[in-house]
Amino acid sequence: MFGLGDFWVSAVFLLMILSTVLCVIYGALNWNKGGETSRLELMEEKRWSEEEKKIEDTL
Amino acid sequence: MNVLLLSVIVIVYMFIIGSLAFLAFRQTKNTTDYMIAGRSIHPYIMAISYGATFISTSAIVGFGGAASVFGMGILWLTFLNIFVGIFVAFVFLGKRTRMMGLNLNAHTFPEFLGNRFQSRSLQGMSGLVIFIAMPLYASVVLMGGAHFIAEVLQIDYNAALFFFTIIIAVYVIMGGLKGVMYTDAFQGSLMFIGMTILLIMTYSKLGGVIPAHERLTAMAPVAEQIFGAKGHTGWTSFPKFGSEYWLTLVTTIVLGVGIGVLAQPQLVVRFMTVKSNRELNRAVLVGGVFILMMTGVAFVVGALTNVYFYEHPAFQKISLLAVGKNVDNVIPLYISTAMPQWFTAIFMVTLLSAAMSTLSSQFHTMGTAAGRDVYEKWIGGKGNPVFITKTGILVAILLSLFLAWGLPLFFEGGTEIIARGTAIFFGLCAAAFLPMFVGALYSKKITRTAALAGFWAGFGSSFFWLFFVHIKESQSLLICKALFGVDSLGQNTFWAYVDPLIIGLPLSVLVTLAVNRFGKPLPKDHVAMCFKEIEKS
Repeated sequence: MFGLGDFWVSAVFLLMILSTVLCVIYGALNWNKGGETSRLELMEEKRWSEEEKKIEDTL
Repeated sequence: MNVLLLSVIVIVYMFIIGSLAFLAFRQTKNTTDYMIAGRSIHPYIMAISYGATFISTSAIVGFGGAASVFGMGILWLTFLNIFVGIFVAFVFLGKRTRMMGLNLNAHTFPEFLGNRFQSRSLQGMSGLVIFIAMPLYASVVLMGGAHFIAEVLQIDYNAALFFFTIIIAVYVIMGGLKGVMYTDAFQGSLMFIGMTILLIMTYSKLGGVIPAHERLTAMAPVAEQIFGAKGHTGWTSFPKFGSEYWLTLVTTIVLGVGIGVLAQPQLVVRFMTVKSNRELNRAVLVGGVFILMMTGVAFVVGALTNVYFYEHPAFQKISLLAVGKNVDNVIPLYISTAMPQWFTAIFMVTLLSAAMSTLSSQFHTMGTAAGRDVYEKWIGGKGNPVFITKTGILVAILLSLFLAWGLPLFFEGGTEIIARGTAIFFGLCAAAFLPMFVGALYSKKITRTAALAGFWAGFGSSFFWLFFVHIKESQSLLICKALFGVDSLGQNTFWAYVDPLIIGLPLSVLVTLAVNRFGKPLPKDHVAMCFKEIEKS
């Protein structure tokens, strides 16, 4: 298959493309899912961002 | 190579990078700006910046060179890079890491582990392991860039290494360390364009996709004649099961990096900077395609260079012999001889991008490991950690430079130094951190004692195996010879070729599971706080 020498290399050539297709399909199907953020999450995020900015300033 | 053309392209590139970093710096004045900037980041930017951090000159030059030796069997690593490094990492680990990182107010990977298991010493020790071991990974990234510059400009490797390190150091000092996703994404885009052109030009040079593969397949007798004793069966077929080549390809190259990616400190922190699960979902799409075009192309082209060099009148040799057994020189020599000058200049920028985006995150990780994880949190150092962080970064840069200079002198000819150096670091991270990291994300019952025991078992056994059994390293390190009079305790057995990961990771998992039955559970309110909002998502 694909001009390749044995089963294991032909199989992975196909698997490599199929796993990319899996990523594309998953990403496309869930493109708009998971965007909701709760109030609690936003509060945690504010606290986290303050600390992160401090670390970046140190660098 | 036209030095003027190359200089102009590199200067324009550096100017764009500088402008992007400055623009991002001006946009974020306070924490609210910082949050908004993060929240509004386009998923393309996030995914490409993750990919650019993941893929470095090590993957392109080092593993591309390894592909010229092992052949296309190395594409199993590309499959794992996409399936494990993108799909599993983003979908099964990324989302939980993001939320738990917020709950624990963790900003580095060691801090995530330390806060999760309420152990400052675990944070400090993890930071120390990263600070000591990561220069090996940074050094091979530097080596990849230096080999290319040396080949293209026809200058000495050490001079190229020095020149390349200076460029990187200036970039890092001028603010390249700050998580500027836009520069990473610009660099990632250049990498994508460069690799796409490389793939198209290589296949068209060799007569198309299938004919190119067939020409390489037809060279199998040549491979068997040269490497047959070690198990090689050709560049488009897998090595003989259980042979030296099979063990190195499967246990070191494919599994070491393929699984090790899940516990990479500089990649895990990327999940904590993402603002919602939606960004992670979208990044799976972009990331999958990006990684295919990086490692997939580097490995296919790396293997196909054998056809080019073997049929070229000036070489008439396989790739390894065309570069005088310096595996890491295969891709640079191929680009500089087979590709037009304009592309060599573009590829130079591609590699600069690959090195800069990875090195900046590595130095960021090492700097915070020294300043925050070890000094501030473990030792309890008071005052401003800026000095420790900056000194830590300087020490890390010098150590990486020293290793990049010394490693080629240390290993015998024909060794894939860049690929092996990367695999050692990835494998060590997997053995030391992966069981407790997965446990932290998925188990409410995992104890601090179990996490610590797994950490020591994985780290200790990997080190032992590296110094005393895995012959490629134990032989060069000479410690085994000095103590026991042999190059490896597993000499003349297949164990001498089994990678430390194959011993360290299962042992670490078993010890974590076994000790978990005895240790004291973490306080219930702490565990509840860690998993807050996680079950919902």
